[in-house]
Amino acid sequence: MKAVCWFGKGDVRVENVPEPKIINPHDAIIKVSLTAICGSDLHLYDGYMPTMEKGDILGHEFMGEIVEVGREVRNLKKGDRVVVPFPISCGRCYFCQKDMWSLCDNTNPNAWMAEGMYGFAGAAIFGYSHLLGGYAGGQAEYVRVPFADVGHVKIPADLPDEKVLFLSDILPTGYQAAEYCGIQPGDIVAVWGCGPVGQFAIKSAYLLGAEHVIAIDRIPERLRLAETFGGAETLNYEENEDVVEELKQRTGGRGPDACIDAVGLEAHGTGLGIIYDKVKQTLRLETDRPYALRQAIQACCKGGTVSIPGVYAQFADKFPIGSAFAKGLTFKMGQTHVHKYMRPLLERIQKGEIDPSAIISHRIRLDDAPIAYRKFREKEDCHIKIVLKP
Amino acid sequence: MAGEKRGEFKGINAQRTVTVNRPRADVYRFWRDFTNLTFMEHLESVSVKDDKQSHWVAKGPAGKTLEWDAVIVREVENERIEWESIQGSDMISGGLVLFKDAPGERGTEIQVVMVYDPPGGGVGAAFAKLFGENPSQKIREDLRRLKQLLETGEIPTISGQPQG
Repeated sequence: MKAVCWFGKGDVRVENVPEPKIINPHDAIIKVSLTAICGSDLHLYDGYMPTMEKGDILGHEFMGEIVEVGREVRNLKKGDRVVVPFPISCGRCYFCQKDMWSLCDNTNPNAWMAEGMYGFAGAAIFGYSHLLGGYAGGQAEYVRVPFADVGHVKIPADLPDEKVLFLSDILPTGYQAAEYCGIQPGDIVAVWGCGPVGQFAIKSAYLLGAEHVIAIDRIPERLRLAETFGGAETLNYEENEDVVEELKQRTGGRGPDACIDAVGLEAHGTGLGIIYDKVKQTLRLETDRPYALRQAIQACCKGGTVSIPGVYAQFADKFPIGSAFAKGLTFKMGQTHVHKYMRPLLERIQKGEIDPSAIISHRIRLDDAPIAYRKFREKEDCHIKIVLKP
Repeated sequence: MAGEKRGEFKGINAQRTVTVNRPRADVYRFWRDFTNLTFMEHLESVSVKDDKQSHWVAKGPAGKTLEWDAVIVREVENERIEWESIQGSDMISGGLVLFKDAPGERGTEIQVVMVYDPPGGGVGAAFAKLFGENPSQKIREDLRRLKQLLETGEIPTISGQPQG
């Protein structure tokens, strides 16, 4: 079968690889009907995630049709159409049972690696380094899905792939980010990064009752989409010298009640701070570039919440803990508990409250993935969200 | 414990704790049947002779094995099991496992201590090498597999999956 494989920094190729087979009793094999490139795949493409190996199959946003199930999978059968959540969760450990699916105890075969890096291991993730399990990903014609009996939602025939695919990751990720803000009536939410997760965070913040959302980015198409799709007010940080001050001015001097960092470890920015981070990151003296996060902390209103859906992998410098402490901030972060949100969000899609397909900017064949990765990284011709058809 | 003299012991001494999301009686019953202990990587098989005695076979180099008999010296149902190799065994070893309710319905805490004093010669050295520099890390991995088995009924793996 064809699969998108990682070979190094800036080097992904479509290779012919053997088809997956059932290995464990809770496995299923899925014939992929639609998959996507995620912003967090760019961290792999840019070489910021350790423990990638040559030939690793990428992709953690995918859906398709079940072609085979293991002997312990009783709730799904051949022919069912499902969206696959990006974290692999066993459904039986303490964390899964408490609705904290991305913190699953049992699915990472390389848990010792994650323990070495983070002290503990959470759920494995498809196609996202050996540290996070080393499972072959979904940018392929077929995928082996472990614990397929847990949390996969069957999709009704009347909903097209493009409307439901993003239930696998970015829609729940944006929604969880907004939910983590604990939005109260009258709250103003600021969102750093108007990529797909940022777009869904904006939309979700309004769904959850935000008074007003301010979206921060530098790319005109993305800012425009934040206005048209999300209904946000926008702030182009390349046109504003002092984002923190600008946000204060737009919020009656208070600062936003909640700040969402939908950027993560490869932030862009302006001014001295970002140069410091870029130099340190290039010299590998710092692994993560926390520019957006620093701004979010500095801008946030006293007593407010900073919600972090953007991926951070290791360490960041100049973390303004003093500011966070002085203002009594709350931090909420982590990988998305996708299984928790799939059904309620599917219902919102069915009711027409949100149409996730509106953010798709490019529809391409799996064969063209290498070009798409490059263009997505360079943010060329308005690449916002790329879906791939095997 | 068998083979252990404070300050002089040069063998393998490993201890680790894990929480398993299953009732204490279930976890105890699983461990009490020593034939289940092959979730430990260094063991080829354990067979049970009677209520107290068992025969252990450990992996050695080049397909060789290391065998010994053990006896349960103390047990309290759902709380603890303690065993030792019998007098005159090639392998001097012992183990202790304690079972405790984890707080807040988190299941059962299992605390394990394993001691091995391998015999001289190549097989003993190979056995010791299997445990490496950090025997407790080995036991941690063993207990992780136990937890995966008891909670999910399978051990997650990526071996045999496609790769480019």
